[in-house]
Amino acid sequence: MADHTATDTGHDHTPGVFQKDEKVHGYYHVLGLALKELLIEKDVVTAEEVREAIELRDAISPATGAQVVARSWSDPDFHLRLMADANTAVTEFGINMGSTVLVAVENTPEVHNAIVCTLCSCYPRALLGLPPSWYKSRDYRSRVVREPRAVLAEFGTALADGVEVRVHDSTADMRYLVVPMRPEGTENLSEQELAALVTRDCMIGVAVPNAPQT
Amino acid sequence: MNVEFAPGDQVRVRDDYPPGHIRTPVFIRGKTGTVTRVFGEFGNPELLAIGRDGNPKKTLYEVRFKQCDIWPDYDGPGTDTIDVDIYNHWLEKL
Repeated sequence: MADHTATDTGHDHTPGVFQKDEKVHGYYHVLGLALKELLIEKDVVTAEEVREAIELRDAISPATGAQVVARSWSDPDFHLRLMADANTAVTEFGINMGSTVLVAVENTPEVHNAIVCTLCSCYPRALLGLPPSWYKSRDYRSRVVREPRAVLAEFGTALADGVEVRVHDSTADMRYLVVPMRPEGTENLSEQELAALVTRDCMIGVAVPNAPQT
Repeated sequence: MNVEFAPGDQVRVRDDYPPGHIRTPVFIRGKTGTVTRVFGEFGNPELLAIGRDGNPKKTLYEVRFKQCDIWPDYDGPGTDTIDVDIYNHWLEKL
């Protein structure tokens, strides 16, 4: 065979129909795997504990944050508690922010908030789960602080010139949650129905929630 | 020693480029903004990153910059802003 690659199976295949091997693991991937194996070998953690920790992380979805926003819309006292001390307020939902500080920032008719971490990918994972890949991309991180209105427009979010766009760069120990404005025409919705309107992107601040279509 | 600032204070971000794990984004170094919140004291990330305990702690501030002060060709209203969390040793009083 002229071309001996990682996909060489030692026997003939119809060319081009089978998948090539994935590329060799990168340096940090190998480092991570080695660290995990060492910790298990030395009985610091068990493989089961590692899996459980990953499951716990994966179990968090933006629905958690949406519950917090919906409560804030329907309960004025909770809204005040959330804006004053979000870490304590979200414990009412069993959410533990750990060593980070949650800051709720509220959209108003005058101010629209959006969140980024220009240095890495800081994100309120305890409320929204894992960040979407675009949030971690160099594109989003560099552009949303440079031309936020153009980026928001690409998400379908057009804002009037009279609205101040305020981008929060989470460079340090703070994690931000955007509390969007409650859409008009949702006065009769239950807290659960309201939560269904609050998407992940609304809580990052690249989108705004809409009232349900009737 | 922690220099203390209060909300409303005008501050300038150090225009400095030392090596290491720096949590002050380059795009605001040397720029002027206004302190909007005082978050309290946190471990110094530059020391935490090299395995130290982060002491002495640094006071963390939220500083608001006008987009048009950061990007001279900013394509948007002059009222648009960006808030960045900055530790006190990166801020200078004006």
